[in-house]
Amino acid sequence: MKFAILAFPGSNCEMDLYYAIQDIMKEEVELVSYKKDSLAGFDAVLIPGGFSYGDYLRSGAIARFSPIIPALREFAKSGKPVLGICNGFQILTEAGLLPGSLQKNVSAKFICKPEPLVVNNADSMFSSTFKLAQIINLPIAHGDGNYYCDQETLKQLIANDQIIFKYRNNPNGSVANIAGITNKAGNVLGMMPHPERAVEDILGSSDGVGIFQSIVNYAKSREVVAHG
Amino acid sequence: MALVKVYVNYKKSILNPEAQAIQKALGRLGYDNIDDLKLGKYFEITVADGISKGDLDKEINEICDKMLANYNMENYHYEIVETEAAQ
Repeated sequence: MKFAILAFPGSNCEMDLYYAIQDIMKEEVELVSYKKDSLAGFDAVLIPGGFSYGDYLRSGAIARFSPIIPALREFAKSGKPVLGICNGFQILTEAGLLPGSLQKNVSAKFICKPEPLVVNNADSMFSSTFKLAQIINLPIAHGDGNYYCDQETLKQLIANDQIIFKYRNNPNGSVANIAGITNKAGNVLGMMPHPERAVEDILGSSDGVGIFQSIVNYAKSREVVAHG
Repeated sequence: MALVKVYVNYKKSILNPEAQAIQKALGRLGYDNIDDLKLGKYFEITVADGISKGDLDKEINEICDKMLANYNMENYHYEIVETEAAQ
């Protein structure tokens, strides 16, 4: 299968993602500039962390008007997997592809440390290699990671099982300990923790592999259906 | 020419830890009369001649809804100031 990694001015985790997919997952991967207008030929799209456009105005607020975004919307609509990590999550909420928004951490501090997460839904195309309620360890690194949505939206997130990962010890003040949510269709995931920084034991954790493996398993099962 | 002053601030339901830090620091300096302090954003947009008030209102609202404010967290208001050149 073939992954696209979107690169915006100020992205800084795109190469970590690239090597995670190429060297650890052994899958095809290509960086796609924010200036491009097509995502044809890709099976999954990854939106990396960083500080797109310097986080000017709000995190993700300017990146979401990039030339690549209409193609991203089309790709998301087609039902294929889209994963936004950290700034990628912020871009997805600003673009309206995911509900809610990411506020300043409640402590007003930038937090950079490994964080235990609880798998809250193990049936999604991003988490099928995990078990429900399993604890996984992934690093977080953000200043604006405090997920906020109104009560009505939270009710819908719970009713549709859209909350995939929760923090065990909420580090940033997120509503309902939310660390990662999908859209209603379940094919767009935004998460603040960084799976690409946890793909080898030498990095402190290899739990991030489970997320990429889930995507690969999903895409390959679709291929079998499509070709069979 | 018209000058448009746009003010964006957080909704009441949204925590603003930066504003709280500033307020606390002022408290430490002995300014005890401050009940609340808000930290928002302020934009000055200069608009070229020849646009009607109605079109300008429409455009500024569109700009705010689309980019300058995030309706999940923020409210905005604006005022249009005529500059000397327009008089």
